[in-house]
Amino acid sequence: MFGFHYRLERKAIGLVLAIIGVASIGGIVEIAPLFTIHQTVEQAPDMRVYTPLELAGRNIYIREGCYSCHSQMIRTLRDEVERYGPYSLAVESKYDHPMLWGSKRTGPDLARVGGKYSDEWHVAHLNNPRAVMPESIMPAYAWLSRTALRTDDLGAQLKAIRAVGVPYTDDMIANAPADAYGQAAPDSPDAEGVTKHYGAATNVRAFDGVPGSLTEMDALVAYLQILGRLTDAAHKPVAAVGR
Amino acid sequence: MAVTERDPHTGYLTTGHEWNGIKELNTPVPRAVYFFLIATALFSLVYWVLMPAWPLGVSYTKGLLGIDQRTTVDKALKRAALDRESWTKRIEAESYQAIQADPALMPIVRQTGRSLFGDNCAACHGLSAKGGKGFPNLTTASWLWGGDPETIAETIRVGINSSHPDTRVAQMLAFGCDQILPRADVENVVSYVQSLSDAAAAKQIPATKLEAGQKLFAANCASCHGDDGKGKAELGAPDLTDHNWIYGGDPQSIFTTVWRGRQGHMPTWENRLGSLERKILALYLVDLRSRNP
Repeated sequence: MFGFHYRLERKAIGLVLAIIGVASIGGIVEIAPLFTIHQTVEQAPDMRVYTPLELAGRNIYIREGCYSCHSQMIRTLRDEVERYGPYSLAVESKYDHPMLWGSKRTGPDLARVGGKYSDEWHVAHLNNPRAVMPESIMPAYAWLSRTALRTDDLGAQLKAIRAVGVPYTDDMIANAPADAYGQAAPDSPDAEGVTKHYGAATNVRAFDGVPGSLTEMDALVAYLQILGRLTDAAHKPVAAVGR
Repeated sequence: MAVTERDPHTGYLTTGHEWNGIKELNTPVPRAVYFFLIATALFSLVYWVLMPAWPLGVSYTKGLLGIDQRTTVDKALKRAALDRESWTKRIEAESYQAIQADPALMPIVRQTGRSLFGDNCAACHGLSAKGGKGFPNLTTASWLWGGDPETIAETIRVGINSSHPDTRVAQMLAFGCDQILPRADVENVVSYVQSLSDAAAAKQIPATKLEAGQKLFAANCASCHGDDGKGKAELGAPDLTDHNWIYGGDPQSIFTTVWRGRQGHMPTWENRLGSLERKILALYLVDLRSRNP
């Protein structure tokens, strides 16, 4: 074996080709599973896309680094299923670019937090976690309630995410700022567009408790309230993959 | 490559090269390295055969052991359910009163109820169930929708002002914001409401104010809160004569409540907790209340 290596070391081209050959094994091991990705990701016909407001909330979630303390991935372990609910499926992250599974839980997992608590609780908790959870070590995010949400770029964001495969329609993109406003203002004329574009089950309400003003708090709470609720696939019995 | 020169000091072969009189040793790779290299390679071969490993175009190698994390967790959950069957069956079948009287079941209810409460309810109501501003205290006798275990279990199932079709619905009107009452009337009724539970404060308030407030109360508030202000559980209207306030009992808080209205929200737990878990939680709360005079 070493005789071969001695000889190879003396031939520059041969050694380069051998290095490329060996290094590409690692690449193949990482890339080959993607050839069967359609086998791995479950079917979920009821899956809906994020509304512009929820997407803006998701961006705030990323901006504030929530993923560094909260995971969004319930693993196939008994204690996690008993505490958080059905384990996460690949399809639930289908429209997440990037996915926010996370790898550290300083706080609890948030994959199924949507609908678990009231909007009032989320607002009180984000304004000052100690107000509702005396033992919490989460930082306060009180400025979210005072900061107006930027909506002029939401159409462009939807467009960018459509480019990587999320099925936003031209109508959704054109109406993104209005839909973002309407989702947090149930009595406004814009609210109708939200249910028209994203389905009747969409949460349309003043998430931060103040109708009419669109803040970053509205967006983040709207996002938290949809976590785990884009599809019901995880609540149905799931066939093991690859059948 | 015929390298036969041996270093006289170490006894190892040299590479045969010489740099300014210095020769490089060609020390052989230790045997242990070969051993572990071969051992790990063999292990991976065995692992590929036993476990799911390689993609095969439209499928993948399933492995001889047939291990699948999803079936593993399903089995673990079924086994856990079997382990608990001895008492879950009894809690499911027996009436609330029978369980409450059973010295064998109540310790289980306390233990299981505490972890269920901690995972699901404590975020709003606090780990001690004493609540906070906007979130009711569950350790008192004062319950918006009734405090017997059956009613508590139903409230947990459908929620309050929730997305459930059978949800309990209650709304305190915004008497000021929606211009139902002028400001002076709101102030009078706030004084009257405060006097219902706070005798010391009542002495400070002029009698004319209280009288006016009482009339306004009878006309506007009594339909939900009752003529005596003791509330109506079937409407979810709170008792105003006790000291349990969800949003605060000082004049400013009462004023805010009357002026802007209130509509608390409790999520439905029907899709998140099973009927057994809801029953345990209801029993846990009743038990917690009985031990918290």
